[in-house]
Amino acid sequence: MRSTGLTQLGGRIGESTPRPDGTLKVTGEFAYASDLWHEDMLWGCTLRSPYAHARIRSIDIAPALAMAGVHTVLTHADLPAATRYGLEIQDTPVLADGVVRHHGEPVALVAADHPETARRAAARIVVEYQQLPVVTDESSATAEDAPVLHPDRTDPHAAHVPHPNIVHRQPVIRGDVAAARQRAHVIVSGDYEVGMQDQAFLGPESGLAVPAEDGGVDLYIATQWLHADLRQIAPVLGLPENKVRMTLSGVGGAFGGREDLSMQAHACLLALRTGKPVKMVYNRFESFFGHVHRHPARLHYEHGADRDGRLLFVKARIVLDGGAYASSSPAVVGNAASLGIGPYEVPHVDMEALALYTNNPPCGAMRGFGAVQACFAYEAQMDKLAAELGLGPVEFRRRNAMSQGSVMPTGQLVDSPAPVAELLRRVKALPLPPPRQWETAGGAPDVRALPGGLSNTTHGEGVVRGVGYAVGIKNVGFSEGFDDYSTARVRMEVIGGEPVVTVHTAMAEVGQGGVTVHAQIARTELGVEQVTIHPADTRVGSAGSTSASRQTYVTGGAVKHACEAVREQVLALGRARFGTFHPAWGQAELLLENGKVVTDGGEVLAPIAEVLGGEAVESEREWRHRPTQPFDPHTGQGFGHVQYSFAAHRAVVEVDTELGLVKVIELACAQDVGKALNPLSVTGQIQGGTTQGLGLAVMEEIVVDPATARVRNPSFTDYLIPTILDTPAIPVDVLELADEHAPYGLRGVGEAPTLSSTPAVVAAIRQATGLALNRVPVRPEHLTGT
Amino acid sequence: MDFLRPAGWAEALAAKAEHPTAVPIAGGTDVMVEINFDHRRPDRLLDLNRIGELYTWETDGPEVRLGAAVPYTRIMHELRSELPGLALAAHTVGSPQIRNRGSVGGNLGAASPAGDCHPALLAAGATVEAESVRGTRLIPVEEFYTGVKRNALAPDELIRAIRIQRATGPQQFAKVGTRNAMVIAVCAFAMALHPGERTVRTGIGSAAPTPVRARTAEDFLTAELRDGGYWESGRPLEPSLAAEFGRLAAGACNPIDDVRGSAAYRRHAVGVLARRTLAWVWAEHTTGEENHRCA
Amino acid sequence: MRVNLTVNGRPQQADDVWEGESLLYVLRERLGLPGSKNACEQGECGSCTVRLDGVPVCACLVAAGQAEGREVVTVEGLGEGELSAVQRAFIDAGAVQCGFCTPGLLVAADELLEHNPQPSDADIREALSGNLCRCTGYEKILDAVRLAAARRGEAG
Repeated sequence: MRSTGLTQLGGRIGESTPRPDGTLKVTGEFAYASDLWHEDMLWGCTLRSPYAHARIRSIDIAPALAMAGVHTVLTHADLPAATRYGLEIQDTPVLADGVVRHHGEPVALVAADHPETARRAAARIVVEYQQLPVVTDESSATAEDAPVLHPDRTDPHAAHVPHPNIVHRQPVIRGDVAAARQRAHVIVSGDYEVGMQDQAFLGPESGLAVPAEDGGVDLYIATQWLHADLRQIAPVLGLPENKVRMTLSGVGGAFGGREDLSMQAHACLLALRTGKPVKMVYNRFESFFGHVHRHPARLHYEHGADRDGRLLFVKARIVLDGGAYASSSPAVVGNAASLGIGPYEVPHVDMEALALYTNNPPCGAMRGFGAVQACFAYEAQMDKLAAELGLGPVEFRRRNAMSQGSVMPTGQLVDSPAPVAELLRRVKALPLPPPRQWETAGGAPDVRALPGGLSNTTHGEGVVRGVGYAVGIKNVGFSEGFDDYSTARVRMEVIGGEPVVTVHTAMAEVGQGGVTVHAQIARTELGVEQVTIHPADTRVGSAGSTSASRQTYVTGGAVKHACEAVREQVLALGRARFGTFHPAWGQAELLLENGKVVTDGGEVLAPIAEVLGGEAVESEREWRHRPTQPFDPHTGQGFGHVQYSFAAHRAVVEVDTELGLVKVIELACAQDVGKALNPLSVTGQIQGGTTQGLGLAVMEEIVVDPATARVRNPSFTDYLIPTILDTPAIPVDVLELADEHAPYGLRGVGEAPTLSSTPAVVAAIRQATGLALNRVPVRPEHLTGT
Repeated sequence: MDFLRPAGWAEALAAKAEHPTAVPIAGGTDVMVEINFDHRRPDRLLDLNRIGELYTWETDGPEVRLGAAVPYTRIMHELRSELPGLALAAHTVGSPQIRNRGSVGGNLGAASPAGDCHPALLAAGATVEAESVRGTRLIPVEEFYTGVKRNALAPDELIRAIRIQRATGPQQFAKVGTRNAMVIAVCAFAMALHPGERTVRTGIGSAAPTPVRARTAEDFLTAELRDGGYWESGRPLEPSLAAEFGRLAAGACNPIDDVRGSAAYRRHAVGVLARRTLAWVWAEHTTGEENHRCA
Repeated sequence: MRVNLTVNGRPQQADDVWEGESLLYVLRERLGLPGSKNACEQGECGSCTVRLDGVPVCACLVAAGQAEGREVVTVEGLGEGELSAVQRAFIDAGAVQCGFCTPGLLVAADELLEHNPQPSDADIREALSGNLCRCTGYEKILDAVRLAAARRGEAG
């Protein structure tokens, strides 16, 4: 376990800065959660349900316990304290308690001295199931005689939902849709469907729990939010939070899939029971059952516009499948409802979003969080309207684009830049890639540039090009009145004659580059070169989740705030020590630059090292963005979101129309980021998010059998994510229009590009084929009518 | 589990005779997946990595005698002119890393209907050289596939080599997958012209319980090429002829609906691939130029 | 069983190896070399790419016993005391985010440049088509390989 911090010399904010953990990551030394090792450690293994809905009649663990090398076997009956947990609603059993509600639900745990021993032992546990009817969609979930999956609900949404199998429902009502419909020149409607996408982070769920002498446990874990894990784990273990010490280990990607617990509580339970360190590592098969997925959705939209191509009304209904447990479904519903008409000005809105409880796999956070599904549908509607009105897709969107000063259907005034039309203009203005790129100098086609790629399915036959556009809107940060804050501890001291800053937060670095940004902020604010990023753990206050595009904004804000406090302490020390020697010390505006205290005129007053001497200054600060409000449960009105982010895409695709195979040729993106703190990682985020959207457009889906609710493709053989041969050039145009409410004017980056990428690709395929394509991922069957 | 490491072929055959349930492992690209995912726990693994002759080939005769464990990468690069169809198929297998380990012998041993080599072997004409301590059997590849993931090997037999007819005319292979690389076949089609015999042969993958030839389509095309004087004239094929060939090839399929594709799509796509690969091989036959490039 | 092999030029020995273990498990859990990553264990991601007698393979699909007496090079063996050109380029080009795919990509890219010092973009894409990355969208990985090729070219 590497516990030393990461130190890196380098850039200030606004400068492309390499990662401080880059060297460890390219040499293989960076310790991911699955790399951890402890003397005498055991391996944990999870027995999971083969059925999506069943009563457990009996569990016999004796055959497993009898195996040599097996140290313990745990079931629901062995749980010492709380038996359920959850991010928003505590409805998820730690281990199944008499009923399993989804395929792959954890039923029992084994700890053994070798992973194979643990697997063999788990296979020997005899579980007698009685299968129950499955609930798989809206009609089966809300039928008269539907089995109620969670009777006796006491959660905050239980009272207002129309059926107990509905987790949460949020309407958004504005204006008078009925009246507006009368005035509409064109009305288009459509039904859309989005398949279940998986985060497919490459580093599978893993962690190491080490029992401590004080009866507590140390957990080294890959997660997105240490303190939310802690809040859920401690009650399960029956321990006070200070006896559960968590340290972030290396995280191999997250994208929302690590926001809920996976093996955290399980490994701790096994470690406390056996008194030995326990490592758990899911393989790829288990990973598909180990985390929540993106909600699949069915969406109905009706739009009306006037003769001039201005939107008059939207009536929409979004049904999200939350699966067996709530996870973050309520917040996903809030996003779908409040962002579901897109970045457009629409005076009359009648929107409803809801999430179901079903026996499908649980769904929760994934990059784009409720805004992705809606964007696919409303952007398809925009293209239909444009076609009806004889306008180009960009021109129609331009006429309706929201901007700073627009009012959202929630009644919220958009009080920072919202350059929707400009982003579209920019992607449209880019030169198009040359046609027939597969033709090589010798005249023979290079199949690698064609649909089908290396599989050699076409040498140009049947290939048609299409171009499509889309734009989206995503909220940044936690919304609806959530107390969204972060904590940073910053310390400055002199080491080897140089001032050195240490930044300590609990922020989960999952690959996004937060550690780079924190060091850049410290350098900028405190004028030092050397910044050490302390490992993230629960010895400092919560940093909130690495999700909702919020970390640079919120934890970045906390680091900035703590740095400012440290600066004041340094200046106070300086005034006390040197104030009498130079009148400038009395000035209000003193800065720390290049290791020195300087006046705003640039005059050097003293080296920081001399000011500090042997003293260290430290400050821990919580920082909050401006508060938001919950949405009204009936009208959806409220100042619900702290910030919006926008991205636009232009997709160029080539479709083999006979075989229904797609090659995306280029996927250009323009995005407003307010201020690019690290331009290198900003483009990386945009390209990565864009590619996940491409995956949803043409290949990615967890396929669930509607008859049994069992997952049919839990592997990388059949759940396909884009390879480098599927991913086109992704030119990125970054706008920086400052949001005066945010630190440095920045705008969260990570999610917006995931939204518009999917509808842009599908729009391009529609243009190439003339097909309606109301479902993603688009499959060859949809393109060939088979 | 036992791990048997025979140092030579005779030793391997003896081990297989003594332990007929031992699972041979060469590239490991199928067997290890099953072990890693706990789908299979054989009593014994029989490692073939140390048996040099399985990694060599002979090209002296009218057939290429291809060692069972020759990795796809070497087939792609070194047997392109002798076995063009198989080389193309090899290029579509998995990833570069998989192609460095996987082999035709493994593909045959697994006998998955989605195995990429099978259509190319069927189209080229091949026999499987199966050997045991009892002796050697030559099994025509058409007879080798006996069911989904089942083959004609006896429990004590190992695949020593595959004897594949050296190409005397153009060959093609095309496979549909829903990704542009590293993808299992939704369906595949291989096409070989045999100008000496004035015949054509085909292979269909992943569209029936076993790999199959589209015999009706082959017979139709062979007759049309003969009766229409195409071999002599080298004139372009009538579009109606290619269309009918595609239709008959699609008719040879007996596919299922699964998570990778629908039966109807597979049938349709095989028809398209048949038509296209026919056009490619005929163009190559008549112009002498191979009309594609994949590095 | 016992397995003897050479890893990154050093003779290594692993004892008590279960016969069903992969080379990847032996490297990661028995030899203290966790640089090769365990992302899919089914040969569908390339994160565990190592060179086996010089050839890039998925270590998850090599049975431990098959590595007996053979030479393995892992990401830990790419640089000799300092970062190799391709390692340096991955950092500089921003090709590393979460980094889980990085070791496998580095081994694959290093092998590509060894055989094809000036690869075209299509060559790079084909050579890396067995290595999944979920974070970057691959653009900066292409940049990194181009950069490494250019620097190696300059270096002579």
